[in-house]
Amino acid sequence: MTMIFGIPIQALLGQLLVGLINGSFYAMLSLGLAVIFGLLRIINFAHGALYMLGAFIGYLLLVHLGIGYWPALVLVPLIVGLFGMAVERLALSHLYRLDPLYGLLFTFGLALVIEGVFRYYYGVSGNPYAVPTLLAGGTNLGFMFLPNYRGWVVAASLIVCIGTWLLIEKTRLGSYLRAATENPELVQAFGVNVPLLLTLTYGLGAALAGLAGILAAPVYQVSPLMGSDLIIVVFAVVVVGGMGSILGAIVTGYMLGLAEGLTKVFYPEASNLVVFVIMAIVLLLRPAGLFGRDA
Amino acid sequence: MSEATLHAERAAASVRLERALVVLGIVALIAAPFVIYPIFVMKMLCFALFACAFNLLLGYTGLLSFGHAAFFGGAAYFCAYAVKAWGWPPEAAILLGTAGAALMGLVMGFLAIRRQGIYFSMITLALAQMFYFFCVQAPFTEGEDGIQGVPRGHLFGVVDLGVTMNMYFFVLAVFLIGVFAVWRIINSPFGMILRSIRENENRAISLGYSVGRYKLAAFVMSAALAGLAGATKAIVFQFATLTDVTWQMSGEVILMTLLGGIGTMVGPVVGAGLVVGLENTLATSGFPVTIATGLIFMICVLIFRRGIVGEVYARWLSGKG
Repeated sequence: MTMIFGIPIQALLGQLLVGLINGSFYAMLSLGLAVIFGLLRIINFAHGALYMLGAFIGYLLLVHLGIGYWPALVLVPLIVGLFGMAVERLALSHLYRLDPLYGLLFTFGLALVIEGVFRYYYGVSGNPYAVPTLLAGGTNLGFMFLPNYRGWVVAASLIVCIGTWLLIEKTRLGSYLRAATENPELVQAFGVNVPLLLTLTYGLGAALAGLAGILAAPVYQVSPLMGSDLIIVVFAVVVVGGMGSILGAIVTGYMLGLAEGLTKVFYPEASNLVVFVIMAIVLLLRPAGLFGRDA
Repeated sequence: MSEATLHAERAAASVRLERALVVLGIVALIAAPFVIYPIFVMKMLCFALFACAFNLLLGYTGLLSFGHAAFFGGAAYFCAYAVKAWGWPPEAAILLGTAGAALMGLVMGFLAIRRQGIYFSMITLALAQMFYFFCVQAPFTEGEDGIQGVPRGHLFGVVDLGVTMNMYFFVLAVFLIGVFAVWRIINSPFGMILRSIRENENRAISLGYSVGRYKLAAFVMSAALAGLAGATKAIVFQFATLTDVTWQMSGEVILMTLLGGIGTMVGPVVGAGLVVGLENTLATSGFPVTIATGLIFMICVLIFRRGIVGEVYARWLSGKG
């Protein structure tokens, strides 16, 4: 068996794959956070709860309505996105004039309520969600065995991240969005409906979280706690990457996922600390974050 | 009446109101253990001190820390360990817990003040979570069980804290000393500079204050006082567990402060009393605490940002004005 630093190469590649999967979710979630923060100046603490909501809606669609994975892949982001838009209209839109801290506190409360409701009805144990038949099984790549679904998650998250980046950087809607980030009053004066833009942006961020949730459902167990465990790590990712750049959020997400995977191979005890340690080091050396423009 | 005198009048009225409330409060707290279950009041006092320490940072410096559970729960661990493993007397163990929390505050604060606003909150949250993972794995915290069966011991070798009333009046003394410290800090010239940072950080910088150092000092003081509360709680309940270092605990202290009134002396005490009371009530009703907490959060942020005490002040003052 081939060894690298005394570690079998299969184990190394296996953990790197796990890291890449985790990184895919970090990337999708920190991307959503960055999109929302860019325009709304709100740190969406509920992002983890929306991710959990996505996974749970997918699970409930399957169990109660018999709607499978592929339709759910479209339906879930729609439902979570609409929910997000309702939240923005009813509550967040009243908080824009205030200190951004209130947005954080409100979404924190929202996260507690969403999580609390699901915990109340479904307990804390995880519910399994079967891998869709089309992606069941695995492929032997010669040097390692790749479960098909995991390969699909990495590909799908790359498509989602690049798609969102193109939407924001290359389309007309994206240019309105970027302009409104710089100067909302001026964009409004040009006849763009900025409040609608804000609602759509939060909806988009929420939909991204929901999509990440349904993608995650067959990988992890569907559980009410899956979001809150993740969101704090994603916050650290966002601090490392800096929220100034969409691309930065994506790249940092994958990088930290891989770093976590590597740590699991060489020093497993520290694997859930490593993201935070990297954050501390980045804060010491480059306080604005790796891709940040403003401190 | 000119704007300035009106303002002075209002400030004076606010001070009078606060003094009256403080005197009333102390009398009530001395009488409380004879009427209410003393352990419950001690729990309230520990959380009230925790919230006051937190408010020193949020209310008077404008920094929202999302990681104060690390200081509260960390100090509880240090204190419980010193008593149980080394046989330290309670007062020394509590001081150790406080010092440990201050040291953690120094490290976390040093990292966190490198970024401002919302990033500050995220960094404190992430660092506290890191401490949580550390506590899950470190052998001295005894993992999921926590440090159990911590003896209360004898205060200064004389007063038996095993006697509930002795314990109660010790906790009350710690609480009053802690709150007095907060009051002294915010009403000192140092506290005025903290407030100026809260109001306008750039102006404070342009006036020549090294804002970073003041923020760090405030952070360390707040962490130390939160630690004092946590260490005392460990002696009262005779255990230290993971619950006290979770992010939910950091959220809880924010809620206490928000509900009572950010930036008021009395608000966090009222908020802590209400939240602890509510949790006790809900614990027997079957209604999930997280949902209630979350709803209160949302309602407070949307329509009730001044909190209960802040609202009372506003009503009282507008009645006078």
